[in-house]
Amino acid sequence: MERGTKDHAALAEAFNQDEEHVNWHDGALWWIRQKRDMAAKNIPEWEQLREAASRIKSNVLSNLHDYLLQFEDNLTKNGVTVHWAADAEEHNRIVYSILKAREITQMIKSKSMLTEECHLNEYLIERGIDVINSDLGEYIQQLDNEPPSHIVLPCIHKRKEEIGEIFHEHLGTEKGVSDPTTLTRFARWHLRDAFISRRAALTGVNFAVAETGEYVVCTNEGNADMGAHLSDIQIASMGIEKIIPKKQHLGIFLRLLARSATGQPITIYSSHFKKPRAGQEMHLILVDLGRSRQLGRPDFRDSLKCIKCGACMNTCPVYRKSGGLSYHNTISGPIGAILAPNLDMKKHADLPFASTLCGSCSNVCPVKINIHDQLYQWRQVIVQEGYAANTKVLGMKAMAWTLSSPGSYSTIGRAGRWVLNNIPFAINNKFNPWYKQREMPDGPKESFGEWYAKNQRENGAEKSELPLTRKPA
Amino acid sequence: MTVGLFIPCYVNQFYPQAAIATLQLLQKLGVDVVYPPRQTCCGQPMANSGFEHLTQDCNRLFLENFSEFDYIVAPSASCVLHVKQHLHSPDNPALADRTRSNVYELVEFLTDVLKVDQLTARFPHKVGIHQSCHGLRGLYLAQMSELNAAPFSKPVQLLNMVDGLELVDLDRPDECCGFGGTFCVAEEAVSVKMGKDRVTDHMKNGAEYITSVDLSCLMHLEGILHRNRSAVKAVHIAEILNATL
Repeated sequence: MERGTKDHAALAEAFNQDEEHVNWHDGALWWIRQKRDMAAKNIPEWEQLREAASRIKSNVLSNLHDYLLQFEDNLTKNGVTVHWAADAEEHNRIVYSILKAREITQMIKSKSMLTEECHLNEYLIERGIDVINSDLGEYIQQLDNEPPSHIVLPCIHKRKEEIGEIFHEHLGTEKGVSDPTTLTRFARWHLRDAFISRRAALTGVNFAVAETGEYVVCTNEGNADMGAHLSDIQIASMGIEKIIPKKQHLGIFLRLLARSATGQPITIYSSHFKKPRAGQEMHLILVDLGRSRQLGRPDFRDSLKCIKCGACMNTCPVYRKSGGLSYHNTISGPIGAILAPNLDMKKHADLPFASTLCGSCSNVCPVKINIHDQLYQWRQVIVQEGYAANTKVLGMKAMAWTLSSPGSYSTIGRAGRWVLNNIPFAINNKFNPWYKQREMPDGPKESFGEWYAKNQRENGAEKSELPLTRKPA
Repeated sequence: MTVGLFIPCYVNQFYPQAAIATLQLLQKLGVDVVYPPRQTCCGQPMANSGFEHLTQDCNRLFLENFSEFDYIVAPSASCVLHVKQHLHSPDNPALADRTRSNVYELVEFLTDVLKVDQLTARFPHKVGIHQSCHGLRGLYLAQMSELNAAPFSKPVQLLNMVDGLELVDLDRPDECCGFGGTFCVAEEAVSVKMGKDRVTDHMKNGAEYITSVDLSCLMHLEGILHRNRSAVKAVHIAEILNATL
């Protein structure tokens, strides 16, 4: 896949070839950010809610072992079969073995970023199991054979005309039809058939309540419920960080989740699943997949507080102007950029650099993850671990040397300004990425330091040439 | 009170007029200002690129130049934030701690330390404020749009004292311009697109000048304005606060 070989900058540059599309993508996500702002500002205690959620998650991360065992114990009492998976392979194998033992060859799946991380669909399809994504956005992405570009809005990068084209190609809608209502009706008709005929349904988990052994799945489409209620075998896959200690904590998290994600007061469906119906089997798979390794990294453990609302993506100007697929990782945007290096540092070495460190992400985050500080820290780790390009290492060493000495700095500064003034084409050329779409600053004849030496000292404002020896009053 | 004037490396080389305005403004307000001539850079370009371990010499030099001043003031929120967060000294941690807490961005020094309540400046133009992210979300020079919290703005507080100046409202009052240090060349396409969109917002809302507490943002926006032969100008806030025309 071409996507696998290009870094964020190259993929983002390709995304920017169609500026009108970038404007549309940016505007659509900014609109959601504004809806989030309105929802957040309608609640006077918003900032206290964020703080409370952040602290509850701190407690969870510090006591994860105990909460997981408590959760497992309660699940078992409720009649749910619990599985533990260390990695994607083990998770996929468990799902497959559950289906195979019951000779099930078709499964319906609601939104689960974890199963995207595990590449479950590909795994099952290779083994003859037909999987259909029931979340509309994920359904569209599946038809188009593309991963989701956003954790809440999987096909936000596609315009309705593109979706109409995909439906025409795969579902046989009339060519040129792009009316969202018509397309949705068509998808619903197709999915309804799948809901009724599938014996197995897999859902994700938004919140897993340790004290009761229940889990909560939030959707706007009711697709998780439809799948679960009509299935003989209900499977839920969750990362081990999804635990919350008590049911009463849902009052905090459910208020934060939908407001942060889309500006809604709450998701249309916030469904609690606790015990199987008569004749139904329920399975829950607890998946580590790098979580415990991340938990062991003091600078990055708080990334596991994430409740997958996507607010950091919607607010991130880099995300809005580069598209989720440019992050070449299941979880894109700022949160993806601090989670991905934990999984594969070499492959994702570019992601912490796909940010201006503007800090907007950390301040919309409903669980107050210090995302931009972690981006900065990952940069340090990636360089220390040797994943920075050699040219960059040399450049940075040269810069550090220049700036460590006042003499070399002023010589090079003077030289730089002289070049700008006298041979600008040496700098203003196609090899200079600054100059491609921007002018260089004018090269003033005199630096401030030179001006100061001439003017202020003559004026008597500065008398000593050795300020280091002076003790200021 | 003696203030050590910290003029970031690129301001020294490319924007001496902003540094001069900063010096003159402080002097007008009766402050004793000293510019230590042996200063270079705070080390931020290396640190933000993942090379914080190479900034030891910059830190040492910064302490040599500035540790003895009562206050250290710079016309750059970004560099100030870097120093506040990352100036360390293995040999003398206490000195580094004290120095970090004495560093101020110019605007916050004027509003919080000098408590300036009037200026003699005149700048009869329509001005849009570009909020530097490091000034806004790092130094809290104004309230950010992300939080449900009471609004305030130190730059606006000062600009409101300037005769004839009219502030323009923006569609997106605090979105990043896309400079981002080495991001501006490493992620050229996104950086420029972000900058273009900021410039468009200011132009659409009638700004004649774009001002900011950070020249790095302005250098980037100015590069885009110049390329597009725009009549809109980028100007550091010190130049407005020091303007008498």
